[in-house]
Amino acid sequence: MSNGLTTLNPQQPKTAAMAERMAEVKGRSLWADARARFLRNKAAMISVVVLGAVFVFAFLGHLLTPYDNETIDWNVLGKVKELGKPSLENGHYFGYDDSGRDLFARVVQGTQVSLMVGVIGAAIAVIVGTIYGAVAGYLGGRIDSVMMRFVDIAMSVPYMFVLILLLVVFGRSIEMIFVGIGLTAWLDMSRIVRGQTLSIKNKEFIEAAVATGVPSFTIIRRHVVPNLLGVVVVYATLLVPQMILTESFISFLGLGVQEPLTSWGALISEGTSTMNYGTLWQLFFPLAFFVVTIFAFFFIGDGLRDALDPKDR
Amino acid sequence: MLSFIIRRVAIAIPTLLLLLIISFWLMQTAPGGPFNSERPLPPQVLANIEAKYGLDQPMWKQLIDYLKGIVTQFDFGPSYKYKDRSVNDIIAQGFPVTLKYGVISFVLAIVVGGALGIAAAIRQNSWLDYFAVGITIGAQVLPNFVMAPILILVFTLWLGWLPGGGWNGGQWDHVIMPVIALSTSYMASIARLTRSSMLEVLRSNFIRTARAKGLPDRVIIWRHALKPTILPVVSYLGPAFVGMVTGSFIIDSIFSTGGVGYFYVNAAFNRDYAVMMGLTFLLGSMTILFNMVVDILYAWIDPKIRL
Repeated sequence: MSNGLTTLNPQQPKTAAMAERMAEVKGRSLWADARARFLRNKAAMISVVVLGAVFVFAFLGHLLTPYDNETIDWNVLGKVKELGKPSLENGHYFGYDDSGRDLFARVVQGTQVSLMVGVIGAAIAVIVGTIYGAVAGYLGGRIDSVMMRFVDIAMSVPYMFVLILLLVVFGRSIEMIFVGIGLTAWLDMSRIVRGQTLSIKNKEFIEAAVATGVPSFTIIRRHVVPNLLGVVVVYATLLVPQMILTESFISFLGLGVQEPLTSWGALISEGTSTMNYGTLWQLFFPLAFFVVTIFAFFFIGDGLRDALDPKDR
Repeated sequence: MLSFIIRRVAIAIPTLLLLLIISFWLMQTAPGGPFNSERPLPPQVLANIEAKYGLDQPMWKQLIDYLKGIVTQFDFGPSYKYKDRSVNDIIAQGFPVTLKYGVISFVLAIVVGGALGIAAAIRQNSWLDYFAVGITIGAQVLPNFVMAPILILVFTLWLGWLPGGGWNGGQWDHVIMPVIALSTSYMASIARLTRSSMLEVLRSNFIRTARAKGLPDRVIIWRHALKPTILPVVSYLGPAFVGMVTGSFIIDSIFSTGGVGYFYVNAAFNRDYAVMMGLTFLLGSMTILFNMVVDILYAWIDPKIRL
């Protein structure tokens, strides 16, 4: 490096180079390292952009169209194949759905619902799972084994049955989906967090905190949970698409969100049942949104894992 | 090993009971019974019907009677919706269908996924590896309810090669699309798991030793690397099984194959609790049993687990 510099102006740049070098060795936190690694990951960065676009579409998409998702165009009804094609001229960018409603507005709404279920469902799972796992792992002993045995048992109950049962018994509504998904999704999280907590628990700084008389729950809150964050973040990103998948699965069967609300699963289901009539756009648009979003979440999750967990590299 | 098996069985039984109690309790507390129709029945008639189905008994007694019926006579009781059919009839009709395409899908996912994963790992960074990785990434976002419409679109509507639904006694052309739709995403997961596990194993010390001894690749892979490689795959079999059981709901509803999934979803719409309960019991106990077998298999392969 200094060889190259001597050919340039000898006095000034040398000190500049020194200063630059000093700046370079300035300590970087683990998080800054992770951020740099993540920013270098092309697939993940593209996914962030794509996902951002999907979110914007979901929450601002209704501004782009004069149509709402409930108005039925009676002129098109029954002739959707001929008159309902997607077109830019009449403003029905995605065409009509089978009941003569604007598909663009429907997809906007479906995207909203699916993303909401994904994000909120994952958030519930992360919060409950982290607290449960951290408490079990930190307290250890008999409390730990009772808590984790319960998780073992609950995990081997096939949750889709319980979810469908809940929806049937208490009515098919979006709130019930949240409850049903929230009931089961935290179990995995709690296992992962417990494992991590067990390894953090024996570190010196925890010992120091114990020695100075910090109460258990303060230790969990101040020292254990912040150190779990990396794992939690990665897992949460991978949990969102799983939640979306679960909700879509349920809604595809018709047991999930109900009209006039809709979601990707419900839209794909409609598209599937109407594709015999040649109205393929009804299948294509929701399917494309679904696949692209799930892809993006997976790539971001993978990118975050590579960024935050360098030992795998 | 024996004590491990005993401990594992000791978990499976309370799990099954928990599932049963939850489902039973949920159905009992449900607002609106199975006989609430739009035209309300006279109270005496309703009381008679409820007495006939034993619904006037306290819950714990109903549960015990129900379990007794299943254990002693394999009798799941009558359907609330179809007065002329018992839950047994429905199982007898739907279960063989589900079993057929389910077993084929499961075996296919393991064999093809495993082979693809091993091949990709052995020839890492070859075109085969890239092909396998590409497929597994793509198939991650193709769950059964996405795969099935695409298959019907291509092979039924465009090419006209395969029938888009029905079962027809399980002829191969009716089985092929359900199997592909059900197994693809699991095949992909198994391939990915096998590949990464195999790569890790191939880098380990004992494989280097085997190579240093001059063993041929064939022996190294089949005799030494395979066993540690399949461990993560084995532990994935449980979730894959659960996924396929629930995936059959989708398959039955898209392809009209008439398996138990069709009846389960129908029962869910009709609030036919007897059918739901019977199928939950049947499929739930199969899942729990399968998970138990997988765990035991895992412990048998990897003795560390038994501790």
